Amino acid sequence: MSTAAPIEPITTDPMLTQPYSVRQVVKETPDTFTLALESQNEPARNRFRPGQFSMLWVFGVGELPISISGDPVEGDRLVYTVRSVGQATQTLVSSKVGEAVGVRGPFGTGWPVEQAQRRDVLVVAGGIGLAPLRPVIYEVLRNREKYGRLVILYGARSPRDLLYRKQLAAWARKRETQVLVTVDYGGLSWRGHVGVVTTLFKYARLQPARSTAFACGPEVMMRFVARDLETQGFGRENIYLSMERNMKCAVGFCGHCQYGPHFICKDGPIFSYDGMRPLLEKYEL
Amino acid sequence: METLERIIAEHPFFAGLESYYTNLLTGCASNVRFDAGTYLFKEGEEANEFYLIRSGKVALEIFAPQRKPVMLATLGEGEILGWSWLLPPYLWRFHAHAVETTRVIALDGKCLRTKCEQNHDLGYEMLKRFAQIMEQRLEATRLQLLDVYAVGK
Repeated sequence: MSTAAPIEPITTDPMLTQPYSVRQVVKETPDTFTLALESQNEPARNRFRPGQFSMLWVFGVGELPISISGDPVEGDRLVYTVRSVGQATQTLVSSKVGEAVGVRGPFGTGWPVEQAQRRDVLVVAGGIGLAPLRPVIYEVLRNREKYGRLVILYGARSPRDLLYRKQLAAWARKRETQVLVTVDYGGLSWRGHVGVVTTLFKYARLQPARSTAFACGPEVMMRFVARDLETQGFGRENIYLSMERNMKCAVGFCGHCQYGPHFICKDGPIFSYDGMRPLLEKYEL
Repeated sequence: METLERIIAEHPFFAGLESYYTNLLTGCASNVRFDAGTYLFKEGEEANEFYLIRSGKVALEIFAPQRKPVMLATLGEGEILGWSWLLPPYLWRFHAHAVETTRVIALDGKCLRTKCEQNHDLGYEMLKRFAQIMEQRLEATRLQLLDVYAVGK
C-alpha cells in the first residue's frame, strides 16, 4: 500500500507562484465549494502531506492560505475546499473551469499520520475543519491494515452546512470505521445528533490509551475537544490540533502568523496538544 | 427484576454504586418503550420519572410562540434523561420526544425522592451523579451558544 510522499515543495523557490487552472468546482454547501486545480506546467508534481496548505493567489484580489483537502496520492491535481467568507474567497469559489489560480506550496508540517499506525485513529472535525482532515481519512483507509479503528466525529452548524455528505456515508460503511455526525441546530426533519461535537465522544468505540486524535475546527472547539479527550484517557502527546492564524509569507519570514514562540505557517499548522495547551489557555495571543 | 438490577448496576451513571443502593433503585424501575415520534414528556407536566436510555434517540425541544420547536440536543444509548424529578417544583422544563424507537429504563421519581429523603447517603449519591450530568450539559450548551461555526467567529 502506498503512503503520502515526504514533504516536497512544488517549486524550489517558495515565494514563486506557479500557474494552475481550475478543472472542477463542486458546491458542497451554500457557501462552501471544492476546487480541483491542475498545473499549467508539465509534468505536475503535486506531492503533499495530509494537513499541509498552499497559498492560493486569486489574481487581482489577493493570496490566501488554504488547506489541501484532496487525496495525497492524486498527483495530477490539487484539491481545496473553500468557504466563501470574504472578497478573496468569494472570487476563488466563483472561479470557472479553465480560469487561472496561482499556487505556492505546499507548506507546513502536516498531520503525523504515520505515528498513529497500529493505533486507533480519532478524527474530530468542526465545520470546514473536516477539509484538512480528509487527507488523513484517505490515508488511513488506503492503508487500513496499518491502523486500528477509525472513528470520525464531525460537527457542523446545521444539516445544510455538512461537507462531503456522500463520502461520510461511504466511510461509515467501511470496516472498523465509525462515523458520527452532529449539528448545533437541527431542524425538526433532522434525524441525526444535535449538540456540540464533544457530546459524541461517549459514543466513540475506541481505546483512548492506544489512540491518536487529530482535531481541526474553530480554536475554542479544539480547546474543549482536547481537554475532554485528555479527561477520557488520551495522552496529550497523542492529540494533534490544526492551528490557524493570518498567514502571509508561509515560510516564517513575515511574522504575521506568530503564535507565542511559534510561526503557524512553518512550525505548524499541526501541533501536539502537549505543547499547545498553555497557549490555548491564554486569553489573548 | 434481576435483569433490571443488572442493567442498572452496569450503567455508567451508576458505576461504583453499592449493590444495596442499586437494589433500592430497582424497586423504582421499569422497562419502557417509546415509538418514534411519541413524546416522553412535555414542558410543564409533572416530572415524576427519569430515564436511562438503553437504545434509540431522544430529542430535547423547547418552543416559543409563533416559532417552530427548537431541538436543543439529542440523547442516545447509555445517556440519562431528566433531572426535574429531583428538584422542586418537579415540573419538566422542555419537551422530549423519541426520534426513533427508544427503549429506556424508567425510574419513578416520586419513589426515589422518598427513598432519598429516608436515606441521605443515597440522596447524596444521586445528587453527585446528576450534578456531573448537569455540568456536562451546561458546558455543552455554552459551547453551542458560542455558535463557533458562524462566519466571522
